[in-house]
Amino acid sequence: MSGNDSHGDSPLQGQSPDASTTEAVKQQAEPVTNGAPFDASKLVTSRNRITKDIRFRQMCIVTASASVLILVFLLGSLLVSGLPALSWTLLTGYPEPEPENAGLWPALMGTLWVCTMCALITLPLGIGTAILLEEFTPRNKLARNVLSLIQLNITNLAGVPSVVYGIIGLTAFVSMFSLFDDADSTDGPSMEMGAVYFDQFSNVASDPFLNTGDADARERYFLIPVDSRGAPVTVPKTGMLAYENGEAGFATVEILAIDPFTDEVSADADIMSRTIDNTSTPGRISEKQWYYLRLPFGRGVVAGALTLMLVILPVIIISTQEALRAVPATLRAGALGLGATPWQVVWNVTLPSAIPGIMTGAILAMSRAIGETAPILIIAGIVYIRSAPQHLMDDCTVMPLQIYNWIQRPQDEFHEIAAGGIVILLAILLTFNAVAILIRHRMQNKLR
Amino acid sequence: MSSELDSDRRLPQLEQQVQTLFVRDRRSLSWVRIREKGIFLCLIGCGLFSLLITGSIIFVLASETFRFFQFPDVTLSNFFLSTEWNPLLGNTKSFGIWALISGTLMVTAIAMILALPLGLITAVYLSEYAPRRVRSTLKPILEILAGIPTVVYGFFALLTITPFLQWCYSGFNVYNAMSAGIAVGILCFPTVCSLAEDALQAVPSSLRDGAFGLGGTRFDATVKVIIPAALSGIISAFLLAIARAIGETMIVALAAGSRAQVTLNPGDEVQTMTGYMVQIAGGDVSNFGMEYYSMYAVAFTLFVITLTLTMIGNQIRKKYRETYE
Amino acid sequence: MSSTITRPKDPMGPSPRAKHDSKRHTASGHMRTDKPHDELPEKPATAIEMKDLSSWYGSFQALKSISLSVRKNKVTAFIGPSGCGKSTLLRWVNRMNDTIHTAHATGSLHLSDLDVMASTTDVVNLRRKVGIVFQKPNPFPKSIFDNVAFGPRLHMKLRRSELLDIVEWSLRKAAVWDEVKDRLHAPALGLSGGQQQRLCIARTIAVGPEVLLMDEPCSALDPGSTLAIEELMNELRNLYTIVIVTHNMQQASRCSDETAFFFEGKLIEMNDTRSIFTNPQSQRTEDYISGRFG
Repeated sequence: MSGNDSHGDSPLQGQSPDASTTEAVKQQAEPVTNGAPFDASKLVTSRNRITKDIRFRQMCIVTASASVLILVFLLGSLLVSGLPALSWTLLTGYPEPEPENAGLWPALMGTLWVCTMCALITLPLGIGTAILLEEFTPRNKLARNVLSLIQLNITNLAGVPSVVYGIIGLTAFVSMFSLFDDADSTDGPSMEMGAVYFDQFSNVASDPFLNTGDADARERYFLIPVDSRGAPVTVPKTGMLAYENGEAGFATVEILAIDPFTDEVSADADIMSRTIDNTSTPGRISEKQWYYLRLPFGRGVVAGALTLMLVILPVIIISTQEALRAVPATLRAGALGLGATPWQVVWNVTLPSAIPGIMTGAILAMSRAIGETAPILIIAGIVYIRSAPQHLMDDCTVMPLQIYNWIQRPQDEFHEIAAGGIVILLAILLTFNAVAILIRHRMQNKLR
Repeated sequence: MSSELDSDRRLPQLEQQVQTLFVRDRRSLSWVRIREKGIFLCLIGCGLFSLLITGSIIFVLASETFRFFQFPDVTLSNFFLSTEWNPLLGNTKSFGIWALISGTLMVTAIAMILALPLGLITAVYLSEYAPRRVRSTLKPILEILAGIPTVVYGFFALLTITPFLQWCYSGFNVYNAMSAGIAVGILCFPTVCSLAEDALQAVPSSLRDGAFGLGGTRFDATVKVIIPAALSGIISAFLLAIARAIGETMIVALAAGSRAQVTLNPGDEVQTMTGYMVQIAGGDVSNFGMEYYSMYAVAFTLFVITLTLTMIGNQIRKKYRETYE
Repeated sequence: MSSTITRPKDPMGPSPRAKHDSKRHTASGHMRTDKPHDELPEKPATAIEMKDLSSWYGSFQALKSISLSVRKNKVTAFIGPSGCGKSTLLRWVNRMNDTIHTAHATGSLHLSDLDVMASTTDVVNLRRKVGIVFQKPNPFPKSIFDNVAFGPRLHMKLRRSELLDIVEWSLRKAAVWDEVKDRLHAPALGLSGGQQQRLCIARTIAVGPEVLLMDEPCSALDPGSTLAIEELMNELRNLYTIVIVTHNMQQASRCSDETAFFFEGKLIEMNDTRSIFTNPQSQRTEDYISGRFG
């Protein structure tokens, strides 16, 4: 809009109504200036104006305190319903169907996994983009246009609703444009890495249909490694090498395989505990390393982290840019003048000075990621997750999603534990916010 | 002066050493240059990644929406002209986007009626009236309000606002547009407030001083000088807040209900575009069916609306900032 | 001083005659031998030579066909009213203007045999040779030691003891050693303005430059610190070619050997300092020096 100093005087006394005032200001100004500057009747109304000023100030205070009241009321009502629901079970339990036993542990761990992953991916990308936009001004016109396009693009990306990012994540990360087979299909994902498959057998003693009545025989489970997820079913044979998943981890054991209906079952408890029914069908299970990778990603931790990355990337870029902009240009000039290359300037001078600002922005962005529900809801759906994630592709839920899940239930008991969950969530977020505000405060004090 | 004596002896000795250092081999620049190029390429990659995001948003939404319109039951005229949204139940499926848009607009309107005036007045107070101490308490409070996850607001809407509304007037449904609208309004309030305050703060203080110098009260200065001067900034704040309200998901998913209908009664259940997307994604609709793809069509509509609003808002904001910088 | 050149006051910009004049000027610059207040043996070598240098910010022309030469191991002062282009000219010598993307220039600028304006010139190497000190002291928010060690660490492979030597030498050379030797690892921002500026000079000479550019180095300092910096310049002229931009005519007359007067982007007059201040050839120069404008 307009910005010349004649605005300052024209609205009040109309000294220069014909000056270069713009349309908008004129419209505002003219109704007020309908009189000579020194009209006596005008002077009387100045008392009116002062009353108006006081009224307006009062109105402002009322509205401003309303915002405080809303916050107090919101937090108060949450605390009233949430505090009684707080319990150790809520923090460390699993989302059982009975509200009194239900807990947030898998969701808490899910949030930890997803947000850590998200931060690891987003921070380098976001800070890199911000450095590119702030610290490298190419002299080439085309490159400058590309940079301003990127800038425009980022400002607008920040306004895209997070639910849309959820949809994108669903297509791009979960199913990867259906380029590969479905991750959850029976054949498994088209590509995977870091998983070992086993066929699991139980010994004869633990087979409920073959109660041998021998109380001495130990119930055991054996794992026989197979090549891949789709390998043919293992037929147990005597002498096969198997693993027993004991308390101390895997231990190799020799097994015997017999058909208990045709062959004689030994009475020896030790032999019994090593015997497998060779007609039994095993269950195929897998052991996945934490770095287990598959394509497509499926509804796992990585897909969630990448989707949240889309949401907070623009936020991080914009806040980092602001932090970089706050570094005085004289410092950059000083380093450049010593013969530092642009990157050396960034690395040695600009970044160290901007770190507190970048951290504040990053923490606030992460707290946004922790609280973000919609995109995760879109990609993960409302699923029942019973355990903390074990590897990067494991199904997971996050705290706000679990809370949403509980709010949605009709029973009041669930609403109570949802309130308890909200209190925990808010406690985490407020800690994040407090840290960010603290860092910023220290930074401002330093600059002063 | 012992130090001076010391200096007299030390300096020539140092001088000699240092001069030999200066003429000695310098660090090879070629490696520095290669590293510089490599890092620059990485940074360019980071920057292009954000373009890639936009590209894939448009690509995904457009292609899947296209697929949606390939279904025989779906027609463009039905989508754009009908007000009946009935994708899940019954024999005659109808995909009239206006039913969802009207629900969205209803919630947004209620939210904005609440958030815009309150946000603007609070911004004016913060920028023009508030003493330093009040400012330094109010700003963090607003930040905290802005940092509360939306699912919390949804909880608040469903379990606090709705019962309160029903207590006031029994005509309110368990799920209603009013309660969702109020919660969205509270959510958008800090956004409006901080953006509008930015706009007011950007007005040079010379304009204020001008108004005061002519005997204006603070009210005169604010209403007749500052607000008109910051008008475009304020408008952009409003547009960005509206975009935020339209895209808001969890509150409406929890509190507004899931019946898509065109209604003017704020006590009625409505479904918004975002609410529908959550319903499809969270429900057990078969993947890759018609309903599934309808989600993309809705997302595309939502994307176009919010993108338009944010682009206009940002453009105004940029212009405005340039004026005073 | 017959060698003095008065630039034609031609508002239309460079004319053929102007070019001719400037050539004559540079040629005569080499031949000048008498330098009354200079005890050192005369070195006719030219450190920086500019020919027809014009520069623009966007469409605004900041420099209009400047031709001059700066002599080696002398202090040359650029004076003139604000906005006359003297800082712009200074910032072309080590291509600091590259950071402003609207800035561009034509003409030639040579640093001994190095073509500064050529696009192939490596600015990093150039800035090693041509150090710059800015108007406002700008130490990095690091320790005093790290500030001085910044440049050497970038450019040289040094052992710890060698680095210490360079830092000590630079700080001694910049006459700030005695004040900081006990707190080398204290933050540089804790120093006073004058100390900070001397630290910046130490930081600049620690890379071993040939030319020192000083962009109004004393304008943000108190008189005491200004005096210290001026004395320092006197000390340093044996080692470096110094170009100083200043608003302060007393300063120019006190510590420079040669002075160039600029006005509205043009070089009006350049001569040895005593002549400029006692016997200016151009009316403009005289007006400026006698304080009638500027």
